[in-house]
Amino acid sequence: MASPANDIDRLIKREYKEGFVTDIDSETLPPGLDEGVVRAISEKKREPEFMLEWRLNAYHHWLTLTEPQWAHVHYEPIDYQAISYYSAPKDKDGPKSLDEVDPKLLETYEKLGIPLEEQKMLAGVAVDAVFDSVSVKTTFREKLAEVGVIFCSISEALQEHPDLVKQYLGSVVPAGDNFYAALNSAVFSDGSFVYVPKGIRCPMELSTYFRINAMNTGQFERTLIIADEGSYVSYLEGCTAPMRDENQLHAAVVELIAMKDAQIKYSTVQNWYPGDEHGRGGIYNFVTKRGACRGGNSKISWTQVETGSAITWKYPSVLLEGDNSVGEFYSVALTNNWQQADTGTKMVHIGKNTASTIISKGISAGHGQNAYRGLVKVLNQADNARNYSQCDSLLMGDRCGAHTFPYMEVKNPTAQVEHEATTSKISDDQLFYCRQRGLSEEDAVSMIVNGFCKEVFKELPMEFAVEARKLLEISLEGAVG
Amino acid sequence: MLSIKNLHASVEGTPILKGIDLDVAAGEVHAIMGPNGSGKSTLANVIAGRDGYDVTAGKVVFRGKNLLELPVEERACEGIFLAFQYPVEIPGVSNLYLLKTALNSIRKHRGLNDLSAVEFLKLIKEKIKLVEMKEEFLHRSVNEGFSGGEKKRNEILQLAVLEPSLAILDETDSGLDIDALKVVANGVNSLRDEQRAMIVVTHYQRLLDYIIPDKVHVMANGRIVKSGDKSLALELEKHGYAWIAQDPGAAAAPPAGS
Ligand SMILES: Nc1ncnc2c1ncn2[C@@H]1O[C@H](COP(=O)(O)OP(=O)(O)OP(=O)(O)O)[C@@H](O)[C@H]1O
Ligand SMILES: [Mg+2]
Repeated sequence: MASPANDIDRLIKREYKEGFVTDIDSETLPPGLDEGVVRAISEKKREPEFMLEWRLNAYHHWLTLTEPQWAHVHYEPIDYQAISYYSAPKDKDGPKSLDEVDPKLLETYEKLGIPLEEQKMLAGVAVDAVFDSVSVKTTFREKLAEVGVIFCSISEALQEHPDLVKQYLGSVVPAGDNFYAALNSAVFSDGSFVYVPKGIRCPMELSTYFRINAMNTGQFERTLIIADEGSYVSYLEGCTAPMRDENQLHAAVVELIAMKDAQIKYSTVQNWYPGDEHGRGGIYNFVTKRGACRGGNSKISWTQVETGSAITWKYPSVLLEGDNSVGEFYSVALTNNWQQADTGTKMVHIGKNTASTIISKGISAGHGQNAYRGLVKVLNQADNARNYSQCDSLLMGDRCGAHTFPYMEVKNPTAQVEHEATTSKISDDQLFYCRQRGLSEEDAVSMIVNGFCKEVFKELPMEFAVEARKLLEISLEGAVG
Repeated sequence: MLSIKNLHASVEGTPILKGIDLDVAAGEVHAIMGPNGSGKSTLANVIAGRDGYDVTAGKVVFRGKNLLELPVEERACEGIFLAFQYPVEIPGVSNLYLLKTALNSIRKHRGLNDLSAVEFLKLIKEKIKLVEMKEEFLHRSVNEGFSGGEKKRNEILQLAVLEPSLAILDETDSGLDIDALKVVANGVNSLRDEQRAMIVVTHYQRLLDYIIPDKVHVMANGRIVKSGDKSLALELEKHGYAWIAQDPGAAAAPPAGS
C-alpha cells in the first residue's frame, strides 16, 4: 500500500485530474497535437507498451476523421492545434486566495453548499495538502478492497491491473468510434477505473468530481467500469469548471460493461461552466458514453442532469446484447442564456426480450436551444424487444427552442416501440396559483420545473437529487420576469 | 380589515369592475352572489393581485396597507388567501411540498422559523382530518387527476394550513355533492373566528345554510347592486336575479358597512 504522503499526492492529482503535482511547470506541454505529443503523454504516465500503440492507432485514425456536423448546435470551428493536451493544475496567473476569485463564482458555490476548502479547489486556488477527506478516502479504499472492488484512477489501473484494462478498454467504444472518441483515445489524461468482482454488491456509491481548471486546456478523461457477473455498482459523476472567457473543450469517453445478472447505475450531474449571459466562454462538452449489457439479465441505467456547458453533445447509450437485458436513460437537460444541448440516447436491442426505457426532460430558457436526439434500434434477432420513450420539453419565454429527433430502426416484427412527446410552457395560472400561496416567482418557477423533472430526479441518489435541484434553481435565475 | 373604495378594473381596455365599494371587518363573513359574468371572480383576482387586470380607479386597503401596490406573493404573505374557482394542476409537485413551501414562505414573512418536518407533518395530519381527505392525497401531485370535489377540498386544506386573515372562496361549493358540501362548510366554519374574515362567492343559497353570512351582496354588471343580511340570499333564491334588476332602488343601494 502507498504511504500516507503518497495518498495525499494522489488525492490532489485525482482532484485536479490533470495533476502531477511535482514540478508542475515543466509538466505542461505546449499547445498542439502530433505523434510526439501522444508519445509524450504515454511516456509521462509510464504506460505499458500496448497502451502507447493503442493511443497511436487512435491518433492516426483521428487524422482521417472529420468533425461531425449533424448535431443541432452552432459554434466557431475548434482549432485543435491551439489546445494543450497535457496540463498541470497550478495556474501561475490563477488566484492565490479566495479574495482574488470572482465573487459571482463564490456565490454560486455557496449556494451549492460546497465547503470552503472545496470552493478553493474549484476556483483553482492552490490548496494545502492537509485535506479532511484524505483519511476518509483511505478508509473507503480499504473498505472497498475488503470485498475486492477496485476503484482507482485509470493511470493507476494501467500500472496495477494492466490486463483488465487491456481486456476491456475500447471494447464498448472502439478507439475509432467517432471524432471525439478517437481524439480522447489518443490523448486521454486520466479518469476512473472500477472493477466489481462476481457476486459483489459494491458497499457504497462511488464518485468522482471532474473539474477543468487550467486555461486553454482540453480535458479528456476516460472512465471504464466493469461489473462482473451478478454484481452491482452505483457510480456518480459530478462536474464543474471555473468561469473563463474562452471556450474549453471537454471530450470524455465512458465505457460500462455489465456481465450476466450485473447492474450498473451511472449518474451524472454536469455543471460545466455554461458561458456568461452574452454567450461568452463556456465548455464544449463532447462526450461519448456507452454501456454494454454483455450478459443475460444485466442492466445499465444512465441518469443525467445537464445544466452546464456552452454546448453539450452527448448520447449515453446501451448495447443490449444479453437476453433479457435492460437499458434505461433518464435525462434532464437545461439550456439557459445561449446554451445549446443536443443530447439523447441510443438503445440497441440485440438480445431477445430486451427492454429499454427513455425519459427525457428538456428545459429551455433565455436563448437556449435544446434538442433530444434518440435512436431505438431493434436488430433482426432481437425477438420481443420493448422500448418506451417519453420526451417532454418545457419552454420558458419565447426566444428559446426545443427540438425532438426520435429515430427508430426496427428490424424485428415482434418489437413494441412506443414514443410519446410533449411540449409545454409554465402557465400563468400555475405561477399565479403558487404565488397566491405565498411563493416568490423564482421559487414558484423552480418548484414547477422540479415537478417537471421529477421522474428523472427520483432516479438520482439522494445527495445528488438535492444538488441537482439546487443547480436547476441557480441555472434558472433570471429566466423569468 | 378590508376596505374597497370605488374600485374600477378593466381587462384589455374593457371595463369589468365599475365602482365597487365593500368593507369587510375582522370576524365577518360576507357572501357575494350575482349572475354569471357579473365580475365576482374578477373582484377576487384583483384583490389577490393577478396580472392582466388594470385598476383604473379606486383603492383597496387591507389592514392599513395599500394592497394594490403589493405583488401577489406579498399579499398572500400579508394574509390574503384565494380558494380558486378552478384550481390548477401542477404535475410532479406533491401537495405536501407545495403546502410546506407555502407555509414556510408565509412564516418567513412573519419573522418565524421554518417548521421542522416533524412539526409540519403533525400540523398537516390534524388539518387533513378537518376536510376528511385521505393522506395519500398529500403525496399526489397538486390537483393532478383530482376530481372536481377533491380539488375544492384541497383548497380548503390549504386554507386551513395557511390560516390567512382574509379568505376569499370563489365558488368553492360548485361541483360538490351534498356530503362534500358539508365537509367544506364544516372546514370553513371551524376557521371562523374574531380575527379572520371571509368572502364567500356563491350562486347557491344551500352553501349559506351551512356557512351563515353576516352580509350578503349582489353583484351585477361590475357593481354591487344590493346588500343586506342573510335573508337577502333567501329572497334571491325565491325570486331570481331579475327581481333585483326590477328593484328601482337596487343600483343605488349603499355600500355595505357604510
Ligand atoms: N381575462 C379576461 N379577458 C377577457 N374578458 C374577461 C377576462 N376576465 C374576465 N373577463 C370578463 O369579465 C366578465 C366578468 O367575469 P368574471 O369571471 O369575473 O365573472 P363571474 O361573476 O365570476 O362569473 P361566474 O359566475 O360565471 O364565475 C365576464 O364577462 C368575462 O368574460
Ligand atoms: Mg367566477
